[in-house]
Amino acid sequence: MADLDEPMVVDGGTGTRCEWEGRWNHVRKFLERSGPFTHPDFEASTESLQFMLDTCKILVIGAGGLGCELLKDLALSGFCNIHVVDMDTIDVSNLNRQFLFRPKDVGRPKADVAAEFINSRIPGCCVVPHCKKIQDFDETFYRQFHIIVCGLDSIVARRWMNGMLLSLLVYEDGVLDPSSIIPLIDGGTEGFKGNARVILPGMTACIDCTLELYPPQINFPMCTIASMPRLPEHCIEYVRILLWPKEKPFGDGVGLDGDDPDHIQWVYQKSLERAAEFSITGVTYRLTQACFSSLFDSAACATEVFKIASSAYIPLNNYMVFNDVDGLYTYTFEAERKENCSACSQVPQDLHFSPSSKLQEVLDYLTESASLQMKSPAITATVEGKNKTLYLQSVASIEQRTRPNLSKTLKELGLSDGQELAIADVTTPQTMLFRLSFTS
Amino acid sequence: TMAATKTSKEQRYDRQLRLWGDHGQEALENAHVCLINATATGTETLKNLVLPGIGAFTIVDGHTVSGEDVGNNFFLSSSSIGKNPDKLLDNDPEFFHRFTLVIGVQLPESTCLRLGSVLWSASVPFLVCKTYGLIGYMRLVVKEHTVIESHPDNALEDLRLDQPFAELKSHIQSYDLESMEKKDHSHTPWIIIVAKYLEKWLSEHNSQPPKNYKEKEAFRQLIRQGILKNDNDVPEDEENFEEAVKNVNTALNPTKIPTAVEDLINSEQCSNITSQSASFWVMLRAIKEFIQSEGNGSLPVRGTIPDMIADSQKFINLQNVYREKAMQDAAAVSKHVECILQSVGKVSCKNASFLRVVCCRSLAEEYSVDSVNKDEITSYMDSPDSEMVLYLMLRAVDRFYQQHSRYPGVYNYQVEEDISKLKLCVNSLLQEYSLNVNIKDDYIHEFCRYGAAEPHTVAAFLGGSAAQEVIKIISHQFVPFNNTFIYNAMSQTSATFQL
Repeated sequence: MADLDEPMVVDGGTGTRCEWEGRWNHVRKFLERSGPFTHPDFEASTESLQFMLDTCKILVIGAGGLGCELLKDLALSGFCNIHVVDMDTIDVSNLNRQFLFRPKDVGRPKADVAAEFINSRIPGCCVVPHCKKIQDFDETFYRQFHIIVCGLDSIVARRWMNGMLLSLLVYEDGVLDPSSIIPLIDGGTEGFKGNARVILPGMTACIDCTLELYPPQINFPMCTIASMPRLPEHCIEYVRILLWPKEKPFGDGVGLDGDDPDHIQWVYQKSLERAAEFSITGVTYRLTQACFSSLFDSAACATEVFKIASSAYIPLNNYMVFNDVDGLYTYTFEAERKENCSACSQVPQDLHFSPSSKLQEVLDYLTESASLQMKSPAITATVEGKNKTLYLQSVASIEQRTRPNLSKTLKELGLSDGQELAIADVTTPQTMLFRLSFTS
Repeated sequence: TMAATKTSKEQRYDRQLRLWGDHGQEALENAHVCLINATATGTETLKNLVLPGIGAFTIVDGHTVSGEDVGNNFFLSSSSIGKNPDKLLDNDPEFFHRFTLVIGVQLPESTCLRLGSVLWSASVPFLVCKTYGLIGYMRLVVKEHTVIESHPDNALEDLRLDQPFAELKSHIQSYDLESMEKKDHSHTPWIIIVAKYLEKWLSEHNSQPPKNYKEKEAFRQLIRQGILKNDNDVPEDEENFEEAVKNVNTALNPTKIPTAVEDLINSEQCSNITSQSASFWVMLRAIKEFIQSEGNGSLPVRGTIPDMIADSQKFINLQNVYREKAMQDAAAVSKHVECILQSVGKVSCKNASFLRVVCCRSLAEEYSVDSVNKDEITSYMDSPDSEMVLYLMLRAVDRFYQQHSRYPGVYNYQVEEDISKLKLCVNSLLQEYSLNVNIKDDYIHEFCRYGAAEPHTVAAFLGGSAAQEVIKIISHQFVPFNNTFIYNAMSQTSATFQL
């Protein structure tokens, strides 16, 4: 798959406008008429529609269940300049809800197919696809958008995006420049539940402020998985966490892909064997990850994009939750900013450890703390005037070299009270600075 | 090949099968729904039914496509019968009897009421949907909808510790905590621990279980005292005992038949089973008879236990005790079903505590001056910005349409002058139903401003909600709303009313 450095030219024509009588009637009523509930800054005019059609640039992250819906909703609301980022290819199990894809598209990149479909179906709309990871882009890419909407299924990716937009904020004499704010609309879904939220970086609660709302994945204790399984889930986790890395059934370095039926079949068979060993019944092909997407989150998110782009109404402030297991229930509330949020508060984060604590303890704190939930932090510090990598996991040779540091004490590593530690992680595009504060 | 097609279908529908199972999927694929009016809201609903595999659909829509339709509708060339619903109601109302469910979108009041009456008599579920500006509206009309699998979010466990059945009793007796080695002691399931100490407590307290906070605390202490101590008399780390202490409240929950199920058992439909009775009622009757005989006043044992710290063997043995009892009880219920009816119901009775029935009032009842739900309306209107005001405005707007054959504010020049006309409709509505409530002028202005617009994002929201409710009705799983749902996209809030 060739790298896409330039926007693809797709059918539908970039920049060709095809209008017809009445096309935007439904939308116009909200842009060209004044009303009692509009945003205080709103002024009825015909220019807002032109802004949305010609100038406003929206970025959609993810072209899966939420992403497909978002693209459609935005295109039919008057947004003609949309970019979409998704590194995945289409799988058969996507076809029951990702309606921009057909059986013939299986195997092709989601971003490309989604863009093609929308561009040909909605004349004048120009969706530019990027078959890449969000981490492949830097500030210059993200800065061009007026609003960014996320249809992601990964908390790590959300946090990264959150961090990126926070890094774009400009402060003059300690005052936030509003023109540097790019609103982030985020939707999430699982089975009959979902949520939609509006984040104004630097102003409202960010993703990390409410990290505790995303409970960490249920991690069964290792001893249960390794030697004392009781449930089918324990058997499946055993295969996933312990057996797969050991047996590497599809080759070296090939990770388990939840969407690949061959991978799942292998896990299923092995889980059955494991379960049989302990007389556990109930391992079925259907693993217990539900991801049938709700359809309201995308619609609610798209409504917010419209409100913000047009200033027609005050946007959602700022978090909406849906639960439709019993009737249809929604709950809307204002998530509060966390005073010492590690991402957006600009308050230096303190690390309280005694000088005789081992570096491993610091590492454990970074990954296990409910407010940080880092995945594989890399720790560096300035020791005796030189920049020193204390521990780094992502590069095997460096991991090996720095592993002994984990069992050394902070004192042994030459660290002092008040020392700054620079910590990098996949959950944030920028290095975070922590201050070491020795306890007695 | 057949096998290949089955697997490819399983793969395609994998994610949704995890939610509602093969039988739910089967119900979906055997369903035939009718959509009236293929507007944006209608086609969004339909898309969300077609994607998961609805069996068949029929569209009834007499309108011709206009420029603004193409602007908000993702589906430009759906095949439509091209008939007019009003004509069908005139000439062939039985046309609608063949459907599993009918979805009526953007219907004027008169058509809606006529259709409602036809479908009520034929017992065909009817879902009314409307997107009006930034407001979404849904009304479910179903006489009696049974839910066997409600999939409740937070269900209490069914452990029977207050009245252990024989097999559980003897399993508990097989343990002797005092003589166990540390390894076994620390890996005994908390259910056994609580059961053992409960036996002790009962013998010391005149067979009375711990009831109030003080007694429960004392009970917890009793359990804590059972934690092994090492040679220095320091308590060992026994997580299973910690679990036991933590779960005392759950464990002491008396075994009880939920009120919802009690009401169903005492209902008329349950007492009068005929050859026409749905299998839901047959199952319920069988459960009632079970309760009165083998069950000794209780429901069949559910058979599941939560995960807990234990070694594999102890946990599985305990789990099997509950499972086997559940199977025994299920077999007993089946015998009752057989005696009641020739054919046996397909569903499992492990859902006995979660049976639900949803009965909606008819549209006729909602709209009639004699039976309008005044209390519901006036009590919600105590907060003048409650979603109830949006419901009343939709009713007023319907009235406007009846009088003027158009909706208010469709064209720019109409917006101002229609405000006073709409206000007259509001007042006549409130007067007719003797509703002593106040509707702010701002809402009247806003509804004129809407000009009956159907913005796509609101249509998509409603289409998603509607499809989900339709799937609940067709699959008899999860509980549908009862009976009026209002969505406000301005504030991103919603409410459900029973009207």
